[in-house]
Amino acid sequence: MLTPKPRGSLSEAVFAALRAGLDTDHGPVWPTADADEDAAVSLWVLYELHYRGLDDVGDELEWHPALLALRHQLEGDLEARLRARFPGRRSEGDFGEEFFGFVANHDGPSLAAHVQRDADRDQVLELLRVRSIYHLKEADPTAWVVPRLPVATKAALMELLYDEYGVGDPNRLHAHLWALGMEACGLESDYGAYIDEVPTEILEQNNAMSLFGLHRRLRGAALGHLAAFEATSSMPSRRMAQGLERLDLPRAIVDYYTEHIEADAVHEQLAVRTVCGSLVAQEPGLTDDVYFGAFTCLDLENRVAVRMLSRWGVLEGDEGAAA
Amino acid sequence: MSEARSFDHPDVVLCPGGPMLLRGDHLVEDADGVTHRTERPVSAICRCHKSASKPWCDGTHKLLPHKQRPI
Ligand code: FES
Ligand SMILES: [Fe+2]
Ligand SMILES: [Fe+2]
Repeated sequence: MLTPKPRGSLSEAVFAALRAGLDTDHGPVWPTADADEDAAVSLWVLYELHYRGLDDVGDELEWHPALLALRHQLEGDLEARLRARFPGRRSEGDFGEEFFGFVANHDGPSLAAHVQRDADRDQVLELLRVRSIYHLKEADPTAWVVPRLPVATKAALMELLYDEYGVGDPNRLHAHLWALGMEACGLESDYGAYIDEVPTEILEQNNAMSLFGLHRRLRGAALGHLAAFEATSSMPSRRMAQGLERLDLPRAIVDYYTEHIEADAVHEQLAVRTVCGSLVAQEPGLTDDVYFGAFTCLDLENRVAVRMLSRWGVLEGDEGAAA
Repeated sequence: MSEARSFDHPDVVLCPGGPMLLRGDHLVEDADGVTHRTERPVSAICRCHKSASKPWCDGTHKLLPHKQRPI
C-alpha cells in the first residue's frame, strides 16, 4: 500500500513528511487538521506504520518521536470524542447477562438487513470495499492486547483468536477468507487498496480499534469492543450471506459470512463470558471501560450504517444527520 | 487474588439462556440421528431448538423471550 490521498492540510503535510523521511528527532510544526476526515486519515496512516507499513514510507519511521507526538495528540482528540459520546451504563448484577442485555438494547439501522432484502449489486460491492479496511486485518487490533492481560483473560482471548487466525491453517484465517472473497468478486484484496474511498466513519471505526488495542491503559475498552463486535455478528452474517446469494455473488464471499454465523455464535459467548468476564472479575476497575469499548463499537457501527444508508437514499437526510 | 493458582477450565459449559459450549474434538448426533464433527477449538451447540444451523448455535436464542430461552 502507498500513502493514501490526503484529505486536508494535516494529512498532506504528514504524508509528504513520511515519504521524504524525517531526519531529526524534532518534527515539523504540523498544520491543524481541516476537518475530521483530515485528522482521521492522518491517524489511520500513523497506525498503519505499526501494522504492515506503507511501501513508500521507511520502516524506521514506525517509532519516530515526532510521529509519536502527533499520534498522541490525534489519539487524545479521538478518545475525548469517543468518551463524550458514551452515556455510561447501569449495573444490573451478573456481568454476562448485563452485557448481552446492554448490546441487545442498543438500536440502530442495519446494513445487513438492507443487504439481505434490498441492496443492489453496486451497493454491496461498495460495502465490501469499505469493509475491507477492517476485514483484511481482522482480529489484528485485538491481538495487541494479549501480553497485557492477567492469566485467565489471556488464555481466554487466545482461545478465541486461535479460531480467528485459522487454528494454525492459513486457509482458514478469517482475514484470508475475506481476501479470497474479495478476489472472487473481482475486487482488490491488497491491504488498504480502497482507503481513498472510505468515509470518515469507517476511518474512525478503524482508528478506535487501533487506539484501544495499542494502549495497555485501554485494554478494558479493547475487550469490551471485541465482545460487542462478536455479539452483533452471527445473525447479521446470516443476513449478509442471504443477500449475497440473492445477488448471485461468488461462493467465496458468501462463505466468509457463512463461517461467521457459527464462529461468532461461539465467539460471542467466549468474548463476553470468558474474556471480559474474567477481566472484570480480576480487575473490577476496568468494568466501565469494558462498557465504554462496547458502546463505542455499537455506536460507530451505527454511524457507518447511517452514512452508507443515507448515501444510498435508504435513510432520509434528517435521520441520517441526527445520528 | 494471586494468579499462581489453578483455574476452572471445563470441557462443557452451559451458557445461561444460550448454547452449550463444547471444547475439543467431538462427534455430535443431532435430533435426526445425523452425526456432525466439531470443526473449531470451541463449538456452540444449540439448546433452544431454534437455530437454522442445527446442531450449532447461530445466535437465534437471543430473539426468544427470556422465558423461552434455555436455563
Ligand atoms: S442456543 Fe443459540 S440458537 Fe439455539
Ligand atoms: Fe472473524
Ligand atoms: Fe469472531
